Formats: sequence, C-alpha cells, structure tokens
Amino acid sequence: MSLWVWLLLACLFAYAWKLVGYLLPASLLQDPKISRIAGTMTIGLLASLTIVNTLATGQALVLDARLGALAAAAAALFLQAPFLVVVLAGAGAAALLRLAGWN
Amino acid sequence: MPIIWPPKLLRSPAVRVGLSISIATGLYGVSFGALSVTSGLDFWQTMALSFLLFSGGSQFAFIGVVAGGGSGLAAMGAATLLGMRNGIYGMQLNVLLRPRGWHRYAAAQLTIDESTATSTGQTDPAEQQRGFWAAGIGIFVLWNLFTAVGALAGSALGDPKQWGLDGAAVAAFLGLLWPRLKGREPVAIAVVCALATVLAVPFVPAGVPILIAAVVAAVIGWLSHGRKDEGLEPDIDPYTERHPGHHTGKGTNAGDGINGTNAGGAK
Repeated sequence: MSLWVWLLLACLFAYAWKLVGYLLPASLLQDPKISRIAGTMTIGLLASLTIVNTLATGQALVLDARLGALAAAAAALFLQAPFLVVVLAGAGAAALLRLAGWN
Repeated sequence: MPIIWPPKLLRSPAVRVGLSISIATGLYGVSFGALSVTSGLDFWQTMALSFLLFSGGSQFAFIGVVAGGGSGLAAMGAATLLGMRNGIYGMQLNVLLRPRGWHRYAAAQLTIDESTATSTGQTDPAEQQRGFWAAGIGIFVLWNLFTAVGALAGSALGDPKQWGLDGAAVAAFLGLLWPRLKGREPVAIAVVCALATVLAVPFVPAGVPILIAAVVAAVIGWLSHGRKDEGLEPDIDPYTERHPGHHTGKGTNAGDGINGTNAGGAK
C-alpha cells in the first residue's frame, strides 16, 4: 500500500515540474544555472541508474551476466540500433550468459 | 514517405514526424510494462506511472530503484529529480506555443523529451503547434497501450532473470543516457557520477546511491561553466538524416530552443 503513496507522489511532482514551466514567468527559469543543473543532473542520474542496475544487488557489488548486457547494449548503441533493439540486445546477452552458466 | 491519400493534417511535415516518433517511442512502452511488473509493481501501478507520470526516464528510474530493493521514498526521489528537465522544456514550449486555458494543463502533461524535440525542430509557429500535439498525443496513447501489453506479457513470463529482463533494464538506462553523451564533458560527468554510485553502494541503503549521484551532478553543474543545455538532449532526435528537408543535428535539440528564447527571436 505504501508504494502506492510514493508512486502517486512521484506522479504529482512530475506533473508539478512540467506545469511550473508554463505557469512561472520565464525570467525565473531562464537562469542558465538552472537549465545547466537540470542537464548535468539528467546525465548523472542516468549514469548512476545504469551502473546500479549493472553492479548492485542490494548493498553488494556483484559481477554477473548483467555486465554482458551492458556490453551488448553499448555495442548496439554504437551501431545506432533503435531503442527497442538495444533493450532486446541487453536482455538477450544476459539470458544467454545465464544459459551458458554465468549466473 | 509518400502519402497517397493526403488528408490535410498529414500533409504537415511536423505531424508526420510526430506520428513516426510516436510509433517508435510507443513501442518501447512494451519494455517498460514488462520490466515494471517484474520489478514488483502490479498492473495498475504500472499503468498509473505511464498514465499519470508519463515521462520515460522517470518511470524507468522509479521501477529501477524498486527493483534494486530501494525504498518508495528513494524511488520517488530519483523519478522527481530526473523530471526536472521537463520544467525547462515547459518554459521553452510556453514561449513557442502560448497555450491558454485548459490547453496549458494538457500541454504540461504532454511535455516530454520527444514532443519538445518535435516542436522545437520546426521553425513555422503553426508547425511547432502541430508537431507538439501530434507527438504528445500520439506518444501518450501508444505509450499507455504498449505499457499494458508489456505488463500483461511480463506477468506471464515467470522468472524474469531467465529472460534477461534485468539485463534489459541495464540496456534501457544506457539507451536513455547514450544520446546525451556528445562530447568530452558529459562523458566526464557520467563517469564521475557512476564512480560516486559504486563507492556509495556498500555504505548506504539501496536507492540512495542514485540520489548521491544526483547531488554530485548538481554540484558539477553549479560550479563548472559549460554549455547550459548540456544533457538536455532528447532521447530520440526526430529530425535525423531521414528527413533532409528539416534541420539536422544540433539545431534541433531542445536546448537550442533555450538559446532561441533567450535571444527573444524564437517566435
């Protein structure tokens, strides 16, 4: 039940961010510092989410089949594959490595 | 693409681009739906994220933290911080589109990477309008439809690890990050934040390392002087070389719209 509360709050805040750009006077958000922080934070968060999902299991750092998924996804992106193909490459690499015995 | 039966709306280049990006983006709603239910969210929680939160990066962040054993608070925090850029997009679009009345509240919900990129890539104000609404409404409908498909398929899969779905999540985040890594500086930011995350994992509860990385990134953004639109690149650039009639490359990214509004010459 409590996950619902956090989930709905996340939805509320997401909408608040979106709406704030339309309602506040543009001058408030035109500060280049603000858009720069929004940008660097986007990069930092996505990099962090990538590495956490690759290496972390709870509070432990584990090297497993997900590392192969990361490599396969990077290769697919380098070859300019569309997003869905990138995701399938990641899943396929992890599944195959597990089938081959690397958990 | 040749249009043989040209209804008036489909003659608009912005509408055609908006619809093709809707299909491409909508389709990967399948991967979100499947990953979400295997992360431990139920069908309706998954649908609530696509319908109410409606911002791919934040939705993947929320389920990514939950899948890693993080708390609901940490999941909300990561999703909310990742949604900040939508506020910047909203500001740009408000200058370009000037929505009034209830249109403004609808436009806000549809303000995401792809609709912003489709709109700001056009120069004619009417095309900017059509591009925004075509991409926004098209993606909203298809993203929710395909989320449902993925969620239903995901619950039928059994052990998600056997299918490599945890690998799919890794790939999804890298896929969201990749288009923003143009140049040396964003790569450096990504590496520093990834390192900070790895160092933090053993010492703080699951989910918190992501928030620490966000703080590190914000401090970098605050202290350093670089492109003010760094990282504000759309997940998908709708104006690739396949549409040679439009701007290509840098001129179409969302961040350049900020330059345009600063110069007062955007409209």
